[in-house]
Amino acid sequence: MTVFSLNETLLLAVLLFVVGLAGILVRRNLLFMLMSLDIMLNAAALVFVAAGAKWHDASGQVMFLMILALAAVETAVGLAVILRLHASGRPTLDADSGNLLRG
Amino acid sequence: MHILALTSACISILGAFMVITRRVAVHAVLYLVVTLLALACVLALLGAPFAAALEVIIYAGAIMVLFVFVIMMLNLGKPDRDRETEWLRPRAWVGPAALASILGMELLFGLRTLSGTGITFQITPREVGLSLFGPYVLMVELASFLLLTGLVTAFHIGRHWPGEH
Repeated sequence: MTVFSLNETLLLAVLLFVVGLAGILVRRNLLFMLMSLDIMLNAAALVFVAAGAKWHDASGQVMFLMILALAAVETAVGLAVILRLHASGRPTLDADSGNLLRG
Repeated sequence: MHILALTSACISILGAFMVITRRVAVHAVLYLVVTLLALACVLALLGAPFAAALEVIIYAGAIMVLFVFVIMMLNLGKPDRDRETEWLRPRAWVGPAALASILGMELLFGLRTLSGTGITFQITPREVGLSLFGPYVLMVELASFLLLTGLVTAFHIGRHWPGEH
């Protein structure tokens, strides 16, 4: 038996996910949206590891590794897009101004 | 031991809440690092030491360094000294430092009291590796495709284009 029951871990993951979702919905700065996305990915990965711990299966941690790779790629591409937006002379990182892209 | 996990969980939720309410991006990155460290504690207490180590190394290490680099490259407007004094005020780092010191005390306490008994069952890195390169080997290949795609995409997007101000 682990320190956390599955229900408690699910509660923690849901709270983290809700905080990340609120961050994505509320904040308009692209950097903060990426950070909120990372929090949400972490919550999902936590559920995988908790399920793997409950059923004594290593597959949960394999999925954790996959989510880690996904998060690394997502962050790298997102930050490259942010740098690109900034390099094209955009004064703000507001996500809602992304529909003004030209070319 | 349950209280240790509960403290880590509270710190992670508090840190995540502070991340989305900060106004300066660097402060949010500090809180995000604390959140990830607390989540690593939770993972270790759940019996997944390999996942906890990877969380610290890759998430709190590599990905956060990416964030810090980008923030450094974005804030080139104001003079350096003003920004440094703004960042180095105690109000900026005392919150993350307090949360991180709670985590550190938890780690010391755990090392002292739980070193012999430990966590009763763990999924060791050996089992994870056997599973990763046994039934999931196709997924590893797909993940390598994903990483290569991300590399090419980041290189292509971040390239300097001629004829641009």
